[in-house]
Amino acid sequence: METERTEAAEETFAVPEPDLPWVTIVHNDPVNLMSYVTYVFQTYFGYSKDKATKLMLDVHHKGRAVVSSGSREEMERDVQALHGYGLWATLQQDRK
Amino acid sequence: MAGHFEAIPGGGAAVALDEVEISIIRSLSVQLLELVGPGPGGEDSGSADPLDELFAEGPSEPPSDPVLRRLFPDAYGGPDGAAEGAGGDPAAEEQQRAYSAEFRRFTENDLRARKREDALAVIRSLDSLSLEREGGAEEAEALLELSPEQSRQWLSSLNDLRLAIGARLDVADEEDTDLLYRLPDSDPRKPMVMAYLWLGGLQETLVGTLMP
Repeated sequence: METERTEAAEETFAVPEPDLPWVTIVHNDPVNLMSYVTYVFQTYFGYSKDKATKLMLDVHHKGRAVVSSGSREEMERDVQALHGYGLWATLQQDRK
Repeated sequence: MAGHFEAIPGGGAAVALDEVEISIIRSLSVQLLELVGPGPGGEDSGSADPLDELFAEGPSEPPSDPVLRRLFPDAYGGPDGAAEGAGGDPAAEEQQRAYSAEFRRFTENDLRARKREDALAVIRSLDSLSLEREGGAEEAEALLELSPEQSRQWLSSLNDLRLAIGARLDVADEEDTDLLYRLPDSDPRKPMVMAYLWLGGLQETLVGTLMP
């Protein structure tokens, strides 16, 4: 009985795999200005103008871009900061 | 309405605004302030103990208003909500929702407070302006000068205003924006669209003065 319950619980919940890093993703939206998004990437992450511009263009053309990676706590901090800037950001575990 | 910001020597930015422009930004900022509000459970806790406020938990559900949902989005999931990234697995989807709820409880009140502070900073700087009428000019004008810190607050708040108006106008993709440019004058959305586009110009030029 005890063993069966444990197996059922493992099947129900997708347990995050501890080895996989987490990533912060910024999604495209038509309101945020391209210059503003670039400014945020430079100011918050300290990225170079070239890197910030490339990420902004990825968001614009591909609909989304991974802008940072690290621990879940670090990515939650990034997402919180990006929401403060009004960017549409989410975090998820990298499935590569 | 051709207002644009210019960098001023020593840091900061300046823009000339007329009476109408000042009243538009002020009125929209007041509306934003009222909309953002203290948030669910944010203020009316009835307690005078500042520690209670410090440990007060925010809401766990996303706001129902589309403008507030855009200003305070879910942290987990994607454009289609919790389903994205869950790969069609209902349990994983449920977990994303639970993560988002937890994140919201610990961050939304702070985020609301920050947006309120920025909107208030905008209103205060407008209220400190003294309008002057140049000889022959129809509208009285004032020169708004912002410190670097005020510039940052204005930039955030202009962006919040545009996100709010964009959500109200239902701007969901680039094609929608193109359509807005071509609205006939008779369309009831026209004044809001004009304000949206004008604020975009203001924000664009303010970013330009802040670029590292």
